Amino acid sequence: MSLSNAAHSVVEPSAGTRRFAGSLVVLYAIITMIPLVWIVLTSFKSPDDAISYPPKILFKPSLEGYCNLFTTRSRQTSEFIKTLGPPRGLCDRIARDRNMVIAGPSNYVPRFVNSLIIAFGSTVLAVALGTLSAYGFSRFRVPLKDDLLFFILSTRMMPPIAVAIPIYLMYRTIGLSDTRLGMILLYTSINVSLAVWLLKGFIDEIPREYEEAAMIDGYTRFQAFVKVVLPQATTGIAATAIFCLIFAWNEYAFAVLLTSGNAQTAPPFIPIIIGEGGQDWPAVAAGTTFFLVPIVVFTVLLRKHLLRGITFGAVRK
Amino acid sequence: MNELSASSQIIHQAVLVRPGVARRIRGLSDKSLAWLFITPTIVLLLAINIFPLVWTIYLSFTNYRANRANAPMLWLGTDWYRSILTDPDIWAAMQVTAHFVIWTVVIETVLGFGLAFLIDKKFRGHGLWTTIILLPMMLSPAVVGNFWTFLYQPQIGLFNYVVAFLTGRDASSFQMLGDVTLSPWAIVIVDAWMWTPYVMLICLAGLRSIPDYIFEAAEVDRASKWRQFWSITLPMALPFIMLAVLFRGIENFKMFDMVNLLTGGGPGSTTEVASITLKRAAFESWRTGYSSAFAIILFVTVFGLANIYVKALNRVKNR
Repeated sequence: MSLSNAAHSVVEPSAGTRRFAGSLVVLYAIITMIPLVWIVLTSFKSPDDAISYPPKILFKPSLEGYCNLFTTRSRQTSEFIKTLGPPRGLCDRIARDRNMVIAGPSNYVPRFVNSLIIAFGSTVLAVALGTLSAYGFSRFRVPLKDDLLFFILSTRMMPPIAVAIPIYLMYRTIGLSDTRLGMILLYTSINVSLAVWLLKGFIDEIPREYEEAAMIDGYTRFQAFVKVVLPQATTGIAATAIFCLIFAWNEYAFAVLLTSGNAQTAPPFIPIIIGEGGQDWPAVAAGTTFFLVPIVVFTVLLRKHLLRGITFGAVRK
Repeated sequence: MNELSASSQIIHQAVLVRPGVARRIRGLSDKSLAWLFITPTIVLLLAINIFPLVWTIYLSFTNYRANRANAPMLWLGTDWYRSILTDPDIWAAMQVTAHFVIWTVVIETVLGFGLAFLIDKKFRGHGLWTTIILLPMMLSPAVVGNFWTFLYQPQIGLFNYVVAFLTGRDASSFQMLGDVTLSPWAIVIVDAWMWTPYVMLICLAGLRSIPDYIFEAAEVDRASKWRQFWSITLPMALPFIMLAVLFRGIENFKMFDMVNLLTGGGPGSTTEVASITLKRAAFESWRTGYSSAFAIILFVTVFGLANIYVKALNRVKNR
């Protein structure tokens, strides 16, 4: 062991340097996590604890935020509540402690479902279109290839509000405004540029010889694409799909300008969750936590491909 | 090879089950297959991006208002462009945007490169901590911006409490989002919190692309660590840093969601970046023709930046 340590390269940092660098990075990581930890903590606070001064780090955990997120409640007199019989479930008990009864489910659930449908719908479409185009650009001599690829990328560079004006008018004319289909098509068109660029990088890495061998064996080009290239590109396709999913999941500008109720996703809805007398911070925090958890999972899954995804496949490491 | 032929036999049999489809696709030449694969994407982009863009260009020469669709439409020529480019409010918005873009890019580049430099020392557990640091940039800017309004609350917010704790000032004596001088910095802080990891990740790739033997040679030549940093590390990582700077510049030039939720452009118009001005003109005053012209001006600017960006991308790629 000591021999290998002595023989290491002169450019390897010393143990002291490493420890110093490590402690600075850990310090940054801890500071950067505080706002996120605070969101999660706040979601488990009661409304009074959430707005207390000084801010409470230790508190009695409560599920009131989550209950308020998923239900709407109405205030009743205590005489009326006494006539109701025993509370059903935890949320009902919390509501009755505050002289309220649960009136029904909140709008968060349909907004969340919209987010799911629109994100998955646009991802499937964008990845399907993107895979085909990426293969086309990777393997065939396409006239004006570089110009087409630049055109595809440049559509992603447009400021969302500038695009939203004509999309608003167009959707109003053809009846797609505030529909899930309209949002799916819009997000697909934005994601497809990322999908083409990322997947072209992944497919470029698959040696052409595999397909050529398969074609000598009697496959057609299309069969070679389906049976040889697609299985090889699975990882790339999965990583691309997660990037598209995250974009569509997080998107706000188009959602807030082009949808109002029917097709509204969660990001424009979470900020307008209000309780009696101002913003219901535990409920907002609960909505945020619930919305962010899938992204955290995906980020961990994606960590090896993150660099590629955020640079449109340019930096591969 | 044998394995492949065996499996191709199986596939032939599978294909024979649906001879119609197979024959149709078998008949395609590479060239037609290429177009078959690429056309759907191009058609979608033409329909959802280019057609609306052309429509915007047309509307920018008229007095059209989306909330009065039946009013007679007048052709105004380049009137809107002239009035926008000479409007002091628009230039004020551009200045706010420039302030935001420059400060966020400077802070994120310095912090991001510093972090990447430290992580590149490969201390124990650097993989785990890197993943943790990367989290903020994956989150929804809108949802995060909204939650930062809670952290910035003067009475109850954690941010004000921490600042008060560290400086000894009263937590309710300053308002990050309501103050004319502080609110531009409030959005810079949130953006830096979110996007420093992005710059860090790209810089890290740049640092890792420098081969060890260059440092070994420098070591043999007795170059100091300081000299090695300025003569090897920084110049060789520079294309990557430029890439990150350009991308952040473009993204922040378009910034809308985070600012809209943090301040909505206020107080007054102190944080009114270009996208907020555009949204107010297009979706609040419904001056569609005017806002179309402004949108085109912004688009041309971004398009110019994007052109430089793609050149930078290709330079990094060809290394």
